[in-house]
Amino acid sequence: MANINLTIDGIPVSVPQGTTVLEAAEKVNIKIPRLCYHPDLPPVSACRLCVVDIKGDRLLRTACSWKCQDGMEVSTRTPHVRDARKMALELLLSRHPMLCTECVRNGSCELQEIANQFGIREISFKYNERKGDKDYSSAAVVRDPSKCILCRRCVQTCELVQSVSAIGMEGRGYDVWVDTPFNEGLNDIACVACGQCIDRCPVGALYENSHINQVWVALDDPKKHVIVQTAPAVRVAIGEEFGMPPGGLVTNQMVAALRRIGFDKVFDTDFTADLTIMEEGHELLGRIKEGGTLPLLTSCSPGWVNFIEHFYPSLLPHVSSCKSPQQMFGALAKTYYAEKEGINPEDIYVVSIMPCTAKKQEAGRSEMSSSGYQDVDAVLTTREAAVMMKQVGIELPQLDDDEYDEPLGISTGAGVIFGATGGVMEAALRTVYEVVTEKKLENVDIKVVRGIQGIREAEIDLNGTKVKAAVAHGLANARELMDKIVKGEADYHFIEIMACPGGCLGGGGQPIPTSEEIRKKRAEAIYKADKGLSMRKSHENPAVLQLYKEFLGEPNSHKAHELLHTHYKGKEIYKHKVA
Amino acid sequence: MHRIHILIAMDSHTLAQGARAVKDALLKDLSLAGLSDEVKVVETGSLGIYKKGVVLVVFPDNIYYTGVTVENVAEIVSEHIVKGRIVEKLKYSKAPGTEVKVQEKAPRFGKQLRVVLRNAGIIDPESIEEYIAHNGYEALGVALTEKKPNDILEQVKASDLQGRGGAFFPTGVKWGFAAREKAEQKYIICNADEGEPGTFKDRLILEGDPHAIIEGMALAGYAVGASKGFIYIRGEYHMSIARINRSIEQARENGLLGEKIFDTDFSFDIEVREGAGAYICGEETALIESIEGKRGEPRDKPPFPPSEGLWGKPTIVNNVETLANIPQIILNGPEWLQKLGTEASPGTKVFTLVGNINNPGLIEVPMGITLREIIYDIGEGIPQGNGFLLAQLGGTTGGILTAEQLDLPLDTDNLRKIGAGLGSGALLVVDDTHNVVEVVKNFVEFFNHESCGKCTLCREGTGRLYELLDKLVSGQGVLKDVDLIERLAKTMMTGAFCGLGQAAPVPILGCLKYFRQEFEKMVNTEQKSVSAVV
Repeated sequence: MANINLTIDGIPVSVPQGTTVLEAAEKVNIKIPRLCYHPDLPPVSACRLCVVDIKGDRLLRTACSWKCQDGMEVSTRTPHVRDARKMALELLLSRHPMLCTECVRNGSCELQEIANQFGIREISFKYNERKGDKDYSSAAVVRDPSKCILCRRCVQTCELVQSVSAIGMEGRGYDVWVDTPFNEGLNDIACVACGQCIDRCPVGALYENSHINQVWVALDDPKKHVIVQTAPAVRVAIGEEFGMPPGGLVTNQMVAALRRIGFDKVFDTDFTADLTIMEEGHELLGRIKEGGTLPLLTSCSPGWVNFIEHFYPSLLPHVSSCKSPQQMFGALAKTYYAEKEGINPEDIYVVSIMPCTAKKQEAGRSEMSSSGYQDVDAVLTTREAAVMMKQVGIELPQLDDDEYDEPLGISTGAGVIFGATGGVMEAALRTVYEVVTEKKLENVDIKVVRGIQGIREAEIDLNGTKVKAAVAHGLANARELMDKIVKGEADYHFIEIMACPGGCLGGGGQPIPTSEEIRKKRAEAIYKADKGLSMRKSHENPAVLQLYKEFLGEPNSHKAHELLHTHYKGKEIYKHKVA
Repeated sequence: MHRIHILIAMDSHTLAQGARAVKDALLKDLSLAGLSDEVKVVETGSLGIYKKGVVLVVFPDNIYYTGVTVENVAEIVSEHIVKGRIVEKLKYSKAPGTEVKVQEKAPRFGKQLRVVLRNAGIIDPESIEEYIAHNGYEALGVALTEKKPNDILEQVKASDLQGRGGAFFPTGVKWGFAAREKAEQKYIICNADEGEPGTFKDRLILEGDPHAIIEGMALAGYAVGASKGFIYIRGEYHMSIARINRSIEQARENGLLGEKIFDTDFSFDIEVREGAGAYICGEETALIESIEGKRGEPRDKPPFPPSEGLWGKPTIVNNVETLANIPQIILNGPEWLQKLGTEASPGTKVFTLVGNINNPGLIEVPMGITLREIIYDIGEGIPQGNGFLLAQLGGTTGGILTAEQLDLPLDTDNLRKIGAGLGSGALLVVDDTHNVVEVVKNFVEFFNHESCGKCTLCREGTGRLYELLDKLVSGQGVLKDVDLIERLAKTMMTGAFCGLGQAAPVPILGCLKYFRQEFEKMVNTEQKSVSAVV
């Protein structure tokens, strides 16, 4: 189809049909201010900051939603436009508490940035508080409605990206607010703790339940042996917190920074990711062989586990009994590692650095204490880890490389790709293929399961047995697959599900902002990390093999089950409320 | 055969005044007088007479009685019915020189002209037979059996009927957009979520002549190719809901709704949905969201409902009054409508006359009538001889008219020139004992409550306008506040998401235009030098 020609502030621009004015303006380097628009979400045209003047139109139009038309003459800077935008901004600012210095988003707040761009020095209206109490009920996500600017990105994310709808608009008019069903705490409703809302909040109305202080207390306690594990996706994103462009792979600088913070050992969740493949791969083969419940659903993503417990309890027998890599690590740290190093497990303090907020909630689940203690003591998001580094003056991009400690820091490329959607599937297939066929997999890059499409399918021939696999990321896509299973229309053997778009690299604990473009760059870095490693199959990880030899026996052994596997239960959280 | 018919208005107003008890007393007294076989008592919808208690009409004498109570029923029966002597003290006397006459096609009621309300108060709204006896469903029959859908569309286009919900968009053009869409399913929605303060015309049309709406919707469905209709009625309109539901049932029983109407291939059925009271749900896209089960909030336009509406399907949303015009246009031809009203605005308009007025109520007048005629002739002037301050035309979002505009012929063109519109049909008369700023504050309080909260300018803007006006009224305002009110109102007018936020400032800016000095008078002089930062 022919391009559309228009002018924006007199500058000619040619765009394909369907392009919005906002997108067209960006092509000619005009950045139109916006607060409710987010590239991951359909426009809601609520904030009114992106209004533009279109010749011949009495009304101002929102650039985020207005489609370009041939011959259109757009002005983004007339007095009319500037006044309207400033009025909208002042109206928002006058309901915002302006506690910038004590806000988690100080320096990364979009409202603050736009106020600065507009040169706001005085606000025409007095401050009127927005109602709503802070909600600390969730182990993962804190809500502070007083800071909310009602852009609805969180609501849209929860509804459209995740199909969870844990939050929505309540009331109307001047006192409209974002709330949960029945005005309950996030912990008491069907929130999956994924934290995607945080990633899209332009201000500090949503943030993680911080564990920074308790980690410092442990680090400052000489009796404690504090060890840290880093999730696969953290290494491809934490650089962004230090101003590096998205897609920077900083694994070894991150290790150096963590050592400087004072952790006694720096380990890698990739190690237990490899272990997960051993356990889950054998579980899959067992189910195929013994006619167990299929398809097998992965269980590494705690947001996803919450989702299925909330919304599809009848499908729980499909979920792999494997704990997530974070929890396998915690269980082994306080058993295998403690024994090996001769440290009293009571004195071991396990910290995880995760791209995830749901991991905070997962660590606190009562089942997650098979070592006899809470297996993982504290969970920091990527953002919190960066804050801790900054608190002690660490400039991560400047540091020299350092190496993970042994043995729980040894891993393969199969472990690192856990951080991207499709990664668990690819890692599992690399191992399962060789275990079943007893042939060497020549090309380990199983690209068919990679990518950004919401649901992807693949079929692999294992010595005559065709294994049908599917991958979904983002819970709205997961819901689609679950509905297929419920209807009996899913003939897959194995399904990988990640709660967050892009997988863990797009997790709710990752640096803000996020977008498809940023997630793609992080994914490139993940696959680069995988390619750069000499070992790329989990079953080749020598530390994992040694663990089985010294401690667990074999995959799915009794001891493995005791420490590395778990069970689930349906939550049915609204049952008593609507009864 | 009955010698006399007594029509008793059974609408929400008269019921609250005891119409039911009056009817019972009437039946009892007629029976005692042995007149049950000679006199028939008929329940009708509103007779358009409001705030006058229970209303009766005695036919064929054409005598209207108002303020009828159980106590004076006996007198009406013994004097008028038995002896033929009119009970003068209860007789409804209009302004001198006017007579109440009910005519065949366009009954006049003083300066009124009744097209939409032709049957209201004349027929029993709960009887499909009476509607049919008054040419009801004839238009649908003619359309389905003798005309093509496009003929109906062209007739409505040619009539130049404009949407009576308030925007006055040409109905035929709107239908044309939906008609040209290729879709398996299309919808007709009747917008009966009448929420403007002071507006109750749609309620009285629905209570008085529900079958006209059903027929209008079926004709719309035929014209655009829709087989399904929804009537979205304000939940508080209990009687409208009951009557329309009953009428839908009757229409189905008579084969006028459902499959293969009049043995043609055209099928059409209607479902009633009740609104829960949000003003915004009168906005067509918010109404559609509400029917879909979502929070009632407006959608971005385009796409417009005729191309993508309910559940993404082509959808026509028409106001009750608009639809009530349709059967008449089909029966009498488009030229007939154009002969009524003015060139810019053919037809009639139903108004609800409220505020400081002697004779409030529901009126239907030809387009082009002046404000003076409505207020002083039909409305019988302002009580206590007070002066006229302003009129707000078209509901809370309506424009402000002052004494300067008393003789302006009311049609869309003339009103547009002065930044006003006919709107939903409420005409609020405010006398000169009122303070303009307080009146405006009252309007804004409503919007502050009813803004859906979606867009910044409307949500925060209505709140701040209310706050600033309240500040002025309470004597705390400074001069800069008046400027800020004006700036904010102007920004909302062009920058808010939907019609609500864009129209909410209209009365404020109207009052500022004509009465700015009244706002400035409210400023606290001691604080005049203080910054406007509040």
